[in-house]
Amino acid sequence: MEIKKAAMAGTLESSDAQVTVEPGGEGIELSLQSSVMNQYGRQIKETVLETLERLDVKSGRVTVVDKGALDCTLKARVECAVFRSCDESQANIPWGGAIR
Amino acid sequence: MIPRPRPERFRLRRTMMFMNAQKPGLIKDAYIYGCDSIMLDLEDAVAENQKDAARFSLYHALKTIDYGDTEVIVRINGLDTPHWQEDIRVCVAGGADGIRIAKCESANDVHTVEKAVEEAEKEFGVEVGRTLLMAALESPKGILNAYEICSASERMFGVAISGGDFRKCMQTSFQRDGVDMMVARGQMLIAARAAGIQCFDTVFTNLDDNEGFEAEVRQNKAMGFDGKSLINPKQIRLVHEIFAPTEKEVIQAEKIVRAYREQSAAGVGVFTVDGKMIDIAFIPGAERTLKLAKACGMYEGEFA
Repeated sequence: MEIKKAAMAGTLESSDAQVTVEPGGEGIELSLQSSVMNQYGRQIKETVLETLERLDVKSGRVTVVDKGALDCTLKARVECAVFRSCDESQANIPWGGAIR
Repeated sequence: MIPRPRPERFRLRRTMMFMNAQKPGLIKDAYIYGCDSIMLDLEDAVAENQKDAARFSLYHALKTIDYGDTEVIVRINGLDTPHWQEDIRVCVAGGADGIRIAKCESANDVHTVEKAVEEAEKEFGVEVGRTLLMAALESPKGILNAYEICSASERMFGVAISGGDFRKCMQTSFQRDGVDMMVARGQMLIAARAAGIQCFDTVFTNLDDNEGFEAEVRQNKAMGFDGKSLINPKQIRLVHEIFAPTEKEVIQAEKIVRAYREQSAAGVGVFTVDGKMIDIAFIPGAERTLKLAKACGMYEGEFA
C-alpha cells in the first residue's frame, strides 16, 4: 500500500497509541515516543515496522505516540492509519490476509 | 492466535457486559471480571468517525486475547447504517462466538444478517453455522414481532430488550416498579420461551442506585429471564447472587430428580416428595436448577 495522504488513528489514552502516517521520500521514517520506552521501545519499533511490511508500505513518515499499548493495539492503530491514508478503511478489509 | 472452541448455543448467560470495542484499555482484560459473556460494542459506544478503527481493534483483540470461558459477543451496527456488513465480516473473520443484531424488527432482519454471516463464514473458511446470533428488540414493532424474530434461525440463542430506545418510542421513562416495560418484557419472554431460546433484560444505567438495581434484578429473576445486560463490572456479582438457586431449592431439586429416576424405573408416573405431588412436568425445572447450581459452584452431585 502507498501512503497517499496524512492520516491518524488511535488516542492518547492509557493502553492506547496514536499513530500518524504521512507521505514521505525514501524508506520509512519512524519517530517513536513511548511512556515505556526504556523497557519496550525496541519491541514497539519492531511491531510497527513488521506491520508496515505486511501492508507492503515502502515509504512514508510514521509517528507513534505510545501510551503503553499492547502489540495487538499497536498493530490495529498502524493498520487503520494506513488504510485511512488510502481512503480504504471502511470496507473490504483483508481480515486474516494482510491484517493478521 | 487464540483458537476459540465452537460456541455453545445454550449455555449459562446470567451476565452480559457491554464494552466499547474501540477502547483498548477496556477490552484487553475484560475476561477477568467473571461475567458469563462480554459484549464488544461496535454500535452506540463507538463514534461515527471511529467505526473503522474499532474494527481493526476488535479483530486483533479477538485473535490475540485469551478470553477463556467468557463468551465473546459483538454488537454490530444497525441494518439502516453503512457499517453492518463490514462489522459482520470482521466478527466472523476474528472468530467471535456470536453477533447481536441491533434494532431488530422482523424475521427478515435476522435472515439478512444470517445471509451475510454465512457468506463471511465461506469467505474466511469458518465452519458454516458456527457464528451464533441474538437479537435486540428496541422498538414496539420489534416487541410485536418477537416470536417470528426468536424463531427465525437455528443460530438464534436469545433475545434482549433495549430499554433506552424502547422507552423513548413508548413515550415513557424508567419507573422503579418496572411498569414502563412490564408488557414488553412479558411479551418478549413468552416469545422466547415459545421459540425455545434465551431471554435477557436491559441494562440498569444508574450506577449509584444499588437498591433500584437489586429490585430490578429480583424482578428479572421472578419473571423468568435468563440474565441481564450490564454496563459495569461492579454489577456482575449481585446478578450472579440473585440468579443462583437457594440451598433449599437445590436440595429439593435433587430429591425430585432422584425420586423421578427411581419411580419411573419402577413404572410410577406420579408420586410425592416431602408431601408435594410430583410428575414429569417438574423435571425440566429441577434439572435446570441443578445445572445452574453446578455452574454457581453449589452442586457437585450426579444429576447435573
